[in-house]
Amino acid sequence: MSVMSQDVKVVAPAATTGQALRLFAERRRSFWVVLSLLVLFTAWEIAGRVPISFAFPTFLDTLAAFFEMVADGSMIRAFFLTLQPLVLGVAISALLGIALGIVMGLSDRLEWLLAPVFIVLQAAPMAALVPLVTFVYGIGLVAKTLAVIMLALPVIVLNSYKAVRHVNPSLVDMCRSFQGTRRQQIFKIIIPDASPVLFAGLRLGVAAGFIGVMLAELLITPTGIGDLITYHRSVANYAHMYAAVTAIIAASTVTLALLQWFETNVMRPEKRRS
Amino acid sequence: MTVTALAADTFDPASVVTHDPVVRVEAICKHYGSTEALRNIDLQFERGKLTTLLGPSGCGKTTLLKIIAGLVPATSGQIVVNGRAVTGPGPERAFVFQDFALMPWATVLRNVGFGLELKGMAAAERNRIARRYIEEVGLQGFEDKYPHELSGGMRQRVGIARAFAVNADVLLLDEPFSAVDEQNRRKFQEDLLRLVEMERKTFIFVTHSIEEAVYVSDRIVLLSPRPGRVSNIIDPRIDRTANPDDIRRDPGYLDVVEEIWQGLRHYAE
Ligand SMILES: Nc1ncnc2c1ncn2[C@@H]1O[C@H](COP(=O)(O)OP(=O)(O)OP(=O)(O)O)[C@@H](O)[C@H]1O
Ligand SMILES: [Mg+2]
Repeated sequence: MSVMSQDVKVVAPAATTGQALRLFAERRRSFWVVLSLLVLFTAWEIAGRVPISFAFPTFLDTLAAFFEMVADGSMIRAFFLTLQPLVLGVAISALLGIALGIVMGLSDRLEWLLAPVFIVLQAAPMAALVPLVTFVYGIGLVAKTLAVIMLALPVIVLNSYKAVRHVNPSLVDMCRSFQGTRRQQIFKIIIPDASPVLFAGLRLGVAAGFIGVMLAELLITPTGIGDLITYHRSVANYAHMYAAVTAIIAASTVTLALLQWFETNVMRPEKRRS
Repeated sequence: MTVTALAADTFDPASVVTHDPVVRVEAICKHYGSTEALRNIDLQFERGKLTTLLGPSGCGKTTLLKIIAGLVPATSGQIVVNGRAVTGPGPERAFVFQDFALMPWATVLRNVGFGLELKGMAAAERNRIARRYIEEVGLQGFEDKYPHELSGGMRQRVGIARAFAVNADVLLLDEPFSAVDEQNRRKFQEDLLRLVEMERKTFIFVTHSIEEAVYVSDRIVLLSPRPGRVSNIIDPRIDRTANPDDIRRDPGYLDVVEEIWQGLRHYAE
């Protein structure tokens, strides 16, 4: 679970070395995060020892299986395969989704044109549509990437659009009163003011992207982490199966925490002090 | 105590003379859909003076101020600033917002320098100017704070410093002190008078408070409620060289307050 412990460091970045007081607060926060994980893992260990099911391994067994899979390279190979469509799909969804959401927020016509499409897409049970992608794009990287985009894009678009629509009109007036250009208005006011909701959408989109790639790997192309899970289940290696499941959950958590860190440190520095 | 506040001069709006008007409001009407907010407003604002727009809630004070600022288009009529008709915001006018309109993600320094930043001024230069105005409004030491770390009163000082920093001829202030408690409000009013004295700019000021209007204004424009029309113009003629507490106790000052109250009273009923 080395991934998890990294997570803790990300949540409490040592880079923000302010006064001793702030550092102390940061330390305390990471202390609570560690404690929360300890409680979770202990409960898991106990549940595994009871055992609640013959197919439910203990935490320590799972941890051992994880290191074994890292050592024999199967975990790393699997991550390499899973992360390709994931990173590609999330990157495309983020760029395209935020851009589309912003233009929809800025123009009524584009809103009328595009919003219904994404509302339908968001409402549709995408899991049912993922297998259809196979018919068109086979079982390669393109199909998996498309599955990620199908799940991540609508939520990113709709949140970005909502974010722009809820920008404080007074700030926009302020920018106009100082003769800001439309471009300055968008980049200096609208995007920063929208960024909390923009990032909320991005976080939901990334989480949906993880779902998309797992669906693709479980339903269409048995590769990567999905294949690892399927394979170890079929041979009743439950500890290994859970190690794979937990690893992908941890990867998702770390990504979301990184995104949060980026938001509070790069986009909205005032949030660090609230 | 030599408070010599004369009884105010009250004019029929049509007969008012304004020397050297920097802003002229000519036959402005404004409709929001079917709501008539302003009807046929004609006003002139004298250079270097503080003119207050006073009137009951919803009478169109903010609307008129935003039309002068070029933020809201008039339905008909025109605004002339320094002899030229204007259709949008311009560098000779700066706005102070009722809700401050500060960027929460930017420090006091960046907020104050934002008008200059938009004009493309280099960082060193605009920070130098911003620091000067931060000091002028009494916020030195808070340059690196964010708006949420300041009190309401301090936030509005940031908004005022930002408007001063662009060196506009005309400052438009929409109820700048409405979010400030009574004690700070008095302090603010005195600071405002000091700034009017120092900066030699034209101020157009909106307020709900009769006392505030009489205390700070060279001229008060009373607006009647919907649709907003100019109902009266009053020059309080308060002697501001006197001590603030004496002014507030002066019979002349109190008479003007009472007179305006009587004028507005029937709108409240
Ligand atoms: N954007 C708008 N759309 C429609 N009606 C508006 C809009 N802005 C103002 N109004 C209406 O125009 C009238 C004047 O509003 P305005 O905000 O100018 O009044 P005000 O004198 O500033 O009031 P207050 O003292 O409460 O701030 C009101 O009746 C208001 O409902
Ligand atoms: Mg108003």
